[in-house]
Amino acid sequence: MSAKVLLVDDEKDFLDIMAERLAARGLDVATAGSAEDALKMVIAESYDAVIMDLMMPEMDGFKALKLFKKSRPDLSVILLTGNVPEETRIEAIKLGALDVIEKPADLNLLTLKIEEAKALRAKKLI
Amino acid sequence: MAKKPEITTETGLQFFGQISASISHELKNVLAIINENAGLLEDFTLMADRGVPLDPDRLKKMAQGVKKQINRADAIISNMNRFAHSTDQPLATVDLAQTIETVLAVTARFAAMRGIRIDWQLPANPVALQTAPFHLMNLIWLCLEFSMSAAGAEKQVELVAEETAGGVRIRFRRLAGLAADLRDTFPSDHEKILLEMLAAECKVELEPKEMVLELTKRY
Repeated sequence: MSAKVLLVDDEKDFLDIMAERLAARGLDVATAGSAEDALKMVIAESYDAVIMDLMMPEMDGFKALKLFKKSRPDLSVILLTGNVPEETRIEAIKLGALDVIEKPADLNLLTLKIEEAKALRAKKLI
Repeated sequence: MAKKPEITTETGLQFFGQISASISHELKNVLAIINENAGLLEDFTLMADRGVPLDPDRLKKMAQGVKKQINRADAIISNMNRFAHSTDQPLATVDLAQTIETVLAVTARFAAMRGIRIDWQLPANPVALQTAPFHLMNLIWLCLEFSMSAAGAEKQVELVAEETAGGVRIRFRRLAGLAADLRDTFPSDHEKILLEMLAAECKVELEPKEMVLELTKRY
């Protein structure tokens, strides 16, 4: 079964193309244009991974990550961001992110991370 | 209190760093979209190799998408260039509207991140100011940043700049969340030094809820 992912970014042009490319690789992709919308989707649906931009208006990725983890502690969240200083990575991992990937993202690396998230979830479900 | 030159250097570096980091983040976002367009194009050519015909309309749309991002990057870099040149001379004659427009452009992302809408009214005719351009931009930004903290639930700030008999006045209006405790935090020591340096005055009023920055045309 294909991995089910939720892609979250306020940059619509990025969101649409990234979703299309991931879907072309056989993934089941849902999208959200804000962290608020993503939170509603995370509460309502179960995903193998959430791929989310760290810097978004109103609710940033860190705040969203905390709320996602509160609702779904086992959810794998991969953060995307323009610049990844070491302290940002450490903070993200401390908050429970699976990884932080720098934009522009390498799609092969991202799909590997999604597979890792899917495998982790399968392990937890056994 | 630390010495004045040290404080202005520290505040100025902080401002320059903040703006540079924000611009680099915006440019990374632009590159990310161009990167995905290039990747999608690569996906299409791989599919074409397997006999799936290329869709000219789709390719046209992608080319338009890339052009849009190039225009976006060009605007970001032009604003960055104007901002960077504000440090060229310690004292220079600048146009009020152009200076405010540059500050609004390079700080737009901070307002967007907070979900705050900034409306502005600038003088239609040029208003020349002899000033320290970089420090003036820094001071306008500090006033704007404070105004955003005071925007409250309405999430809106209105900036009105006008020429007065003795100089210019910049009003930061509609600060719905402005209360006495917040009012008393501005200007801080850093801002006071910038105000003094630019021979400017600033008042934060609870009625009407606004901040007024008065500048002289020469200092």
